[in-house]
Amino acid sequence: MRLFFSAFVALLLAAAVGLAATWLTLTRGVAFGALTIGAWTAWPKSGSVDIDPYARAIIARTGELPVGAGDGVAFYAHTDDSGNPLDGRCTYLVSGITPAARYWTLTLYDSRGRLVANTLDRHGFTSTEIVREATGRFSVNVGPRARAGNWLPSGGVEQFVLVWRLYDTPIGVAQLTTKEGPMPAIARKSCS
Amino acid sequence: MILRLPLWILGALLLAGIVHLSTVLAMPTAATQDAYSRLAQLTPVNAVVPLPPPSAQDATMPFMDPAFAVAVCRYDLAGGAIKLSAPLSQAYTSVTFYTRNSVAYYAINDRAAGRRAIELDLMTPEQHAQVPEEEDVTAADRLIIESPTSRGLIVLRALAPEPGLMFMARRALAGAQCRIEPLPGQ
Repeated sequence: MRLFFSAFVALLLAAAVGLAATWLTLTRGVAFGALTIGAWTAWPKSGSVDIDPYARAIIARTGELPVGAGDGVAFYAHTDDSGNPLDGRCTYLVSGITPAARYWTLTLYDSRGRLVANTLDRHGFTSTEIVREATGRFSVNVGPRARAGNWLPSGGVEQFVLVWRLYDTPIGVAQLTTKEGPMPAIARKSCS
Repeated sequence: MILRLPLWILGALLLAGIVHLSTVLAMPTAATQDAYSRLAQLTPVNAVVPLPPPSAQDATMPFMDPAFAVAVCRYDLAGGAIKLSAPLSQAYTSVTFYTRNSVAYYAINDRAAGRRAIELDLMTPEQHAQVPEEEDVTAADRLIIESPTSRGLIVLRALAPEPGLMFMARRALAGAQCRIEPLPGQ
């Protein structure tokens, strides 16, 4: 009886711990081969046949299609440069220089990958339409209230994600380093 | 008894590891809301269909780039190879191939294609092996892609550099074709 009970508890524990580990890794976005530069993280292997089992499981669960390696690379930012989660009620300044890519887009999503409703119907910028400074630098104001210049509305959502996609980038992603690929800085300005 | 408890815990943890790994590995086949399943409800087989642009209210898939017009060919190679042709839009056009389980196994963009259209043949490794050798040589500029699975997705994306140019990107994709081509000798 005691043996039966112990076995039962052990099996229950195994199932609970195993499933919890799966759930945690899939919802937290744990995948191997992450490339982190500043607040930005990309999983370049997710766009190729070398994708790891965790990334495959995550993609199957969320239903998204990763950017193919021959097409481009997508960088995700969930936090600002100091590591705080991106809050739709705060104003951020995203600034950087043009990367070595034919085109790039910067898009704002909520934490589940949906676009955020706003009166302008603006969800991001492309490298063509963004207004640059004379030096070639660009800066985007991300926040709930309208700003002059490049304003990306965050609609006041609790948490948002910025995705920076580089298309037809000549830099081999494998050797993309902080030096070769300076990523835009994300600085929090104020919170309402 | 003092020795038994750690042994039970060790056994449970080992089993937990097996449960964890097997559920992660089973996820791609068990998922019901993956990209292919979502598109299966919206698209016919072996035809290029434009996807509605993502909006705050509705999107076919999460994390779609709203700057792109997107069209999908959900393919099934059981009846023969697929011939794909996609005219290039003015800005940037790419074609990405995904397996049934959303693994991007090949992607090509307009610059790599080099001409005024992206044209290629998609077939299974078995069908590729049946292609007569001399035909392979004479059609040296014919790009042949091997699909690891018989079913999958071809996703065509055309960039609208400005929102006002979206109609042109969509129009370029409207000219794309994907159709079954019976193999020679079949």
